[in-house]
Amino acid sequence: MSQVGTAAVPMPNYDDDIVRKFFGATVIWGAVGMLVGVIIALQIAWWPANLGLPWTTFGRLRPLHTNAVIFAFGGNICFTGIYYSMQRLLKVRMYSDLLSKLHFWGWQGIIVAAAITLPLGMTQSKEYAELIWPIDIAITVVWVIFAINFFGTIAIRKVKHIYVAIWFYMSFVITIAVLHIVNSLAIPATLFRSYPIFAGLTDGLVQWWYGHNAVGFFLTTPFLGLMYYFLPRAADRPVYSYRLSIVHFWGLVFLYIWAGPHHLLYSALPDWAQTLGMVFSVMLLAPSWGGMLNGLLTLRGAWDRLRTDPILKFMVVAVSFYGMSTFEGPMMSIRAVNGLAHFTNWVIGHVHSGALGWVGMMSFGTLYWLVPKLWKRELAYPKMATQHFWLATIGIVLYTVSMWVAGLMEGLQWRAVNDAGQLANPFFLDIVNRLMPYYWMRLLGGVLYLTGMVMFLFNLLKTIKGSGASVSEETHAPAPAV
Amino acid sequence: MTNNEHIDGSEKKYGQFHRRVLESRGGLFAVLTTIAILIGGVVEIIPMYTAGAGPETGDWVTPYTPLEVAGRDIYIREGCYLCHSQWVRPMRAEVLRYGPWSRAPEYQYDRPFLLGSRRMGPDLHRLAQKYPDAWHYEHMRDPRSTSPGSVMPPYPWLLTATVDPDDVQKSVRALKKAGVPYTDADVEGVPASLAAQGQQIVTSLAATGVETTADTEIVAMIAYLQRLGREGKAYLSDQGGGE
Repeated sequence: MSQVGTAAVPMPNYDDDIVRKFFGATVIWGAVGMLVGVIIALQIAWWPANLGLPWTTFGRLRPLHTNAVIFAFGGNICFTGIYYSMQRLLKVRMYSDLLSKLHFWGWQGIIVAAAITLPLGMTQSKEYAELIWPIDIAITVVWVIFAINFFGTIAIRKVKHIYVAIWFYMSFVITIAVLHIVNSLAIPATLFRSYPIFAGLTDGLVQWWYGHNAVGFFLTTPFLGLMYYFLPRAADRPVYSYRLSIVHFWGLVFLYIWAGPHHLLYSALPDWAQTLGMVFSVMLLAPSWGGMLNGLLTLRGAWDRLRTDPILKFMVVAVSFYGMSTFEGPMMSIRAVNGLAHFTNWVIGHVHSGALGWVGMMSFGTLYWLVPKLWKRELAYPKMATQHFWLATIGIVLYTVSMWVAGLMEGLQWRAVNDAGQLANPFFLDIVNRLMPYYWMRLLGGVLYLTGMVMFLFNLLKTIKGSGASVSEETHAPAPAV
Repeated sequence: MTNNEHIDGSEKKYGQFHRRVLESRGGLFAVLTTIAILIGGVVEIIPMYTAGAGPETGDWVTPYTPLEVAGRDIYIREGCYLCHSQWVRPMRAEVLRYGPWSRAPEYQYDRPFLLGSRRMGPDLHRLAQKYPDAWHYEHMRDPRSTSPGSVMPPYPWLLTATVDPDDVQKSVRALKKAGVPYTDADVEGVPASLAAQGQQIVTSLAATGVETTADTEIVAMIAYLQRLGREGKAYLSDQGGGE
């Protein structure tokens, strides 16, 4: 079934300059976002780290951390992978170089605007949608530019069939546009402040429809797209099951969008909506594990390479954490479990097993694989990639384990009632102070993870400067599968 | 590597259908994806605007006063909602710790909603009148002076920064436009309302020896915090305890 002969199609001149740009932005913003994460973790363990300045308090830096790691690190790695793989999968240069450049600089401009406004306290308060309305409009414009470039490239493709990675990218482009526009609908009061058109619990429902699907369509589907392109390439194995990829794609995009109300279980939101959110969250386990299995089984016959290849190490741990956190998520969406877990550190641990484990490790695997392709040089310090892997893995384990323990502790101690029917821990602060050892342990995990990231940044700079051995990989590498 | 090596072997009949009909048509694929991702949101969000299916409302809740709006904006600016929820869940221990569980109408004028997602500190939805005004003043200045062992950062700048009445008027006007039932007279009366309510808090603080002026941010913040759950507590105690 090789109806698309590689020899028949003249090799197009791919735009790898834009890929290198997004790559660089990924590494720089990644280090910044993780550094802010370490700072706010320190602030929780040791309050004087708030520094007594308005713009460095936890309440202003926490949104900076989440926005930087999701949209600056996560966004730029998605664009890196999409711009690299799309051109090769569709055997055509991106639709418009100008749109590619506008997309890149527009996105970085938005990140800089976020980094200035959030510490100044300019926020709409909706988690992962904090940016003020003028920046929201800029995001919409840049996203439309990206979408035109994306669908334009599909329209001018030289290959008839659209490979599974691109289905996932497509769901990312479409869904983020819908979520962002609806959740940002607001009436401006001043240039820096606005009030949503939705009120109260409806506003909460719209926000968590957005918020949970930011996880679904910003941190999951584009990364599954990366998995479907870069994992088979790195392992040099075909994707395990084409049928499974069809079933889990449609299952995932249809089911994910319903899951938002699990963030509002036991609130005064109408029960029917809460129950729908819970039921669909539980069902989401099936397509999520479909993706995990398709990724892991793609490695059949290549498991021995895991011992030596740091890229596969990163990718396997990433897919394993994807499976772990997509089991944990549906479980935490069950009302009774949510009653214990909600508001606690368990949720923070869950988010980070997904973010550090799945998103971060998949990103590192992809980035390390791309270095020799983009700069025509081997890594300056190849062993450092393996060291990065172990630091990051140990960091994630320390992070999630400490947050699980802290979360269960506070959840149980908040609800404990003695034989007389009174609260067993009437003083909230007693419980807060019992969590301190775990906050320090989490901080150590974060520092290890950040150290790995900084090592990668250093390694990359040395490689670009020319310390690595050159490779003869041609720019026009054939596409893996169509 | 030939092009289809990756998918050969598992491609069966319906796989061929998907391949021929969908994967060769980018536009159709995009339309179907859009439909698939819209259904859940439409089914969950649209009924919120139909009577009976959406959140309950109640006439026992009133919109925030201008000073409370100003305080709420400061609460948002400082990211208070990142560590404090406004959401008492219907559970025995929560009702014991905080008071009656949160009812839907209490949120009806909340734009944006501030239920929160993490309790680094305690829930605040039943905070009204739990502490005197001076407690809040001291707590913002130095959290550990009122709550030993607290991990909350101090907010001393609230004591000196001031609220701009024009700015609050713009907020109230925008909230009215968004659908909060303020009258034109309410919007016009913002500066007077700010001064009057602010003066009450200044007087109450003065009684405990704290000197401040009605236009400071701390006064707006206290107005908002002393409002949280006040109407709910009053209404629910009339209903018989609210548990």
